[in-house]
Amino acid sequence: MSDALYHEALMALAKDPAHAAPLGPADGVTVDNPLCGDRVTLAGRIADGKFVDIRHKVRGCALCQAAAAALARALEGRPVAALAAAESDLETALAGGAPPAPWAAFGPVARHKSRFDCVRLPFSAVKRLVSGT
Amino acid sequence: MSFDAAALRARFPIFAGRETRLAYLDSGASAQTPDAVLDAVRTFETSRRANVKRGVHALAEAATEAYATARGRVAAYLSAPSEETIFTAGCTAAINLVAHAFGATLGPGDEIVVSDLEHHSNLVPWQMLAARTGATLRFLDVDGEGRIVPAKFAARTKLVALAHVSNVTGAILDVPAIVAEAKAVGARVLLDGAQRAPHGPLDAPGLGVDFYAISGHKTFAPHGVGALWMKAELIEALPPFLGGGEMIARVTREGFVPARGPAKFEAGTPPIGAAIGLGAACAWLAGLDWPAIAAHEMRLTQRLLDGLAAVPGARVLGPKGLQARAPVVSFDLEGAHPHDVCQIMDRFGVALRGGHHCAQPLHARFDLAGSTRASLALYCEDADIDLFFDGLAEAKRVLT
Repeated sequence: MSDALYHEALMALAKDPAHAAPLGPADGVTVDNPLCGDRVTLAGRIADGKFVDIRHKVRGCALCQAAAAALARALEGRPVAALAAAESDLETALAGGAPPAPWAAFGPVARHKSRFDCVRLPFSAVKRLVSGT
Repeated sequence: MSFDAAALRARFPIFAGRETRLAYLDSGASAQTPDAVLDAVRTFETSRRANVKRGVHALAEAATEAYATARGRVAAYLSAPSEETIFTAGCTAAINLVAHAFGATLGPGDEIVVSDLEHHSNLVPWQMLAARTGATLRFLDVDGEGRIVPAKFAARTKLVALAHVSNVTGAILDVPAIVAEAKAVGARVLLDGAQRAPHGPLDAPGLGVDFYAISGHKTFAPHGVGALWMKAELIEALPPFLGGGEMIARVTREGFVPARGPAKFEAGTPPIGAAIGLGAACAWLAGLDWPAIAAHEMRLTQRLLDGLAAVPGARVLGPKGLQARAPVVSFDLEGAHPHDVCQIMDRFGVALRGGHHCAQPLHARFDLAGSTRASLALYCEDADIDLFFDGLAEAKRVLT
């Protein structure tokens, strides 16, 4: 039986080691999903208006891991405005639309509303990083 | 009585007329509802619906009688007197009721004992009480099999509040040991019976405890109702929790005199239809062949335990055997997140629960964020266990 949600591209993102790092709570901002206990710790900085040295540690599901990996790749070296663009692409996927890669990989999540928070959690972490809260 | 699993399952309309089998293994979250309960609720809502205890017209009389009958049925299921059985909005509400009513007798230095495996509903109310009163919380340890380890209590212990059955590990509490230690220091005992009540009638007073809380929706009844058995002396002695209509004997501008009996703790209009459903559930359950059902549930539990033991990377978070355990089996699958496991198994028609199951301290004890749980009920059959392992194999293939 195939599983449309956990397709090859999404699982590849979930296992993408590019920006994953063994972060501790003191290394960055940490956000939790109180419903499931998932946790994203995100580190990095903004220099000259661009995201630099973005790293993440996800204690969460494959969807959350994939979203964190996709987001880190989408932001690294890019202007802060890239965050809004990435979020727009993800929301397009969740609404059943057809965003560009890598966000197209999240299209099947649109049929599972209970999982929306899983893929949104890394965005909450980046927003806290940007706002400094 | 003879036991026929298929005939029992046929009493639950939700399983009928499906193209593919629903392997419902999430009864620990919400059990399904049999026709006897649905019929009772429908009969009430369509032919007896009115408020209770406040009207003299025929419908009000009928509703009041049905509500009283339901109380009697729930009380009988708990082997308790009706006048000691309080309807609540659920098990959580029942525990909060005790946390406020009994909690009003506590002060700084008093101790409340809980454990590391409590559902948040039997932990957070006591944390809130401790913050209000200055009382302190003490946690009993949980061993590697997910069992609460009894211990001696301090003289300042006023209440011991524990799960009768863990909603994660399925371990059944050693109640006699806990009660003996509590009585040795004069402490009251509350049991959270949410996961015990769905598995047959019980003798709450005979356990030697002082408070026993159950959930309606986990006991095959509608959501939004539960029950609390409380000793008569405590009903008499403790102050009411919520104030409002029905919980008073008399009200003046200067104050009020509380009602006596369960009404003292049933302010406002109760969840009448749901309570009648819970009464119907208890009456229906009381008529079943529980030795046979227990043997059936335990045989399926053994299949789960044996099968999981053969899955590389799977770790059961509870007793490995059937002794003093309920049909609740939680596990960790190395390298796979519980929500992903549940999502994939859903495609096989298997309904499971993934996450921390409102027991975060226990998962912290096991160094996990969450786990995957299969919780059985009397309507489960071998075909459900077959689907469980089919789905688990696929989850393992995709995720690990």
